[in-house]
Amino acid sequence: MTETAHTEQRDYIGAKLGMWFFLFTEVLLFGGMFLVYSVYREVYTADFHEAGMEMNVVIGAVNTVILLTSSLTMALSISAIKKGAHKISVLLQAATVLLGIAFLVNKYFEWSDHIRHGFYPDSPQLLAMSHGKILFFGLYYVMTGIHALHVLIGVSIITFILVLTLRGTVTSNDYIKLENAGLFWHLVDVIWIYLFPLFYLIL
Amino acid sequence: MDERGNHIVGTKTYVFVWTALLCLTGLTILAAQMKMGKWSMVANIAIASAKASLVLWFFMHLRQEKRLFKLMIFVPLITISIMIGLTFFDIWYR
Repeated sequence: MTETAHTEQRDYIGAKLGMWFFLFTEVLLFGGMFLVYSVYREVYTADFHEAGMEMNVVIGAVNTVILLTSSLTMALSISAIKKGAHKISVLLQAATVLLGIAFLVNKYFEWSDHIRHGFYPDSPQLLAMSHGKILFFGLYYVMTGIHALHVLIGVSIITFILVLTLRGTVTSNDYIKLENAGLFWHLVDVIWIYLFPLFYLIL
Repeated sequence: MDERGNHIVGTKTYVFVWTALLCLTGLTILAAQMKMGKWSMVANIAIASAKASLVLWFFMHLRQEKRLFKLMIFVPLITISIMIGLTFFDIWYR
């Protein structure tokens, strides 16, 4: 509305609306898994509690702090680009990417630790356990695994947007790509906010 | 504010929200260790929902969005609630 000088057609509301619709499909994807989790937790309450003891609360908490902080840097990078502070925006996007990678590195150490202790899908040790524990670890690997895949995709998208910002495609006039990448990143954060208590905090 | 919702949120607001999120994370770990049985899970889900709301409202800019966006997010939330709710009726009263 304010840019009469531009002949280019831009539909910010439409772009954001499309992104939100996509996010809803993501919510339903994880919603289905949350449904399965809640049903089996109700049926195998004791097993879930015992299996939950194997989780490392410290790594889970550290990863929560990392993702929350990365959401902060992402939100600040959008504020920065709106103000025209390109350099600061680029630095904040880079910080977001680094925090996302730190999350995945933690995940690597965490999973290696589980595998060393013999807890991985179809491991002889796990198959010898009760039904509920097998289900707990199955759900754990699928849900945190698909979440980690989303973190990886998010990191790739933000890296791509970072390059666009450096090239001057994403500017203080046209930042919808950065904003939509941010929406995706925050949703990944929201999903982790639920995964953390469901897997790490059943003591 | 133009049609892009071109409203710049101050750094202070974001840092404040982030601090609140960290405090709630500490609270949820504390709640889990209090061994309140079933209520630990209820407390944890309530705290997680409070955190999710903060992220949606401030970080995802729902606060500045049009009413359409604010109402739209209830569609997937209600869908999931119905799915989980009806499934539990089956489990509890089978």
